[in-house]
Amino acid sequence: MFDWIQNIADWFVYDVLNLNKGEHLAEALNFFIYDTTKILILLFIIIFLMGIVNSYFPIDKVKNYLSRNKLYGLEYLMASLFGVVTPFCSCSSVPLFIGFVRGGIPLGVTFAFLITSPLVNEVAIGLFVGLFGIKTTIIYVVSGILLGTVSGIILQKLKLEPYLTPWVKEVLANAQRKQEAFIAEKQTLKQRLPVIWSEVLKILKSIIPYVILGIAIGGLMHGYIPEGFFEKYMDKDNLFAVPIATILAIPMYANASGILPVVQVLVAKGIPLGTAIAFMMGVIGLSLPEAMLLKKVMTLKLIAIFFGVVTLCIIISGYLFNIIL
Amino acid sequence: MTKVIKVLGTGCTKCKKMASIVQDVVTENNIDATVEKVEDIMEIMKFNVMLVPVLVIDDVVTIKGRVPTKNEVLALLN
Repeated sequence: MFDWIQNIADWFVYDVLNLNKGEHLAEALNFFIYDTTKILILLFIIIFLMGIVNSYFPIDKVKNYLSRNKLYGLEYLMASLFGVVTPFCSCSSVPLFIGFVRGGIPLGVTFAFLITSPLVNEVAIGLFVGLFGIKTTIIYVVSGILLGTVSGIILQKLKLEPYLTPWVKEVLANAQRKQEAFIAEKQTLKQRLPVIWSEVLKILKSIIPYVILGIAIGGLMHGYIPEGFFEKYMDKDNLFAVPIATILAIPMYANASGILPVVQVLVAKGIPLGTAIAFMMGVIGLSLPEAMLLKKVMTLKLIAIFFGVVTLCIIISGYLFNIIL
Repeated sequence: MTKVIKVLGTGCTKCKKMASIVQDVVTENNIDATVEKVEDIMEIMKFNVMLVPVLVIDDVVTIKGRVPTKNEVLALLN
């Protein structure tokens, strides 16, 4: 499917720049051009498709749906699924949280949404397809959705309402499952496209530098780290590898698009995929700045429990993948 | 009549961008309007929105959750 990109990379490196096949620099450059082009194309396609889906699932519709329907346990899964198609920037997490609570949506269901939405987003999916292939992407997406669902159910069982900040408790007390007037925009796809298009370009523009830097660093590492280098330290049998990888990942949030290409090289050099997936989930799904934003609605204790449960679920899925894959 | 424009946002990059775009449009086109930034979360929640930034013109929510272009803002103000 991507042969033509390889041809372009070959042509550019061997014909235009006149470098010799087999030379270190030539091979590294070839790899870099091929990888960057392929990943940017995939990112573009996936961000665009998700933009279209998102345009038909505005957040108010999602909230109304979850607020109106009794789903007998399935609401956690639904919230998690909605999280996939409804991305939001971390600065919206507080208004989202309040909006859900106000709509009478249980805390655990709200958490399921808040966990999956950043964890399984269009940029992560695009990068996964480009770097690891379809199979690993599906594993990542499905496990991300299940992780949000399970964490949501656990958090609901813990009865955490007392740990909300006082003004949110007040919102909770006045919560009602009433339908807010929501007028769906009746627009054709053609009318929606300009807005979707400009969003796609904005997202791409903001991540391209990190992606390119990540691929460049990955490319350099590729040439210098010997095959199987990490197997010595991060063996599947090393029980500490998954928790350490997950905890290391939490502070690295802003550069997920730069970190994924590097992780791909680490996997190629022998880090088990389960450990790597746990690490990436930590990078993409958990961010300390977001935690600090949530202080407006949650006590520190609640934030700690929230992060603790998610971290634990990530670690468990890391172990599971190492056993299964 | 002077229009009352509010930009609701929790202080993130996108919110600041929206505020500066709106301010630019008002200044460049000599529009009779006041621009106010609302950063307090309780104030923001009064408008019943879940995604920031939000553009409110004369107490009507017009754009939420994304940064608009200058032309879009101009069209809304005219």
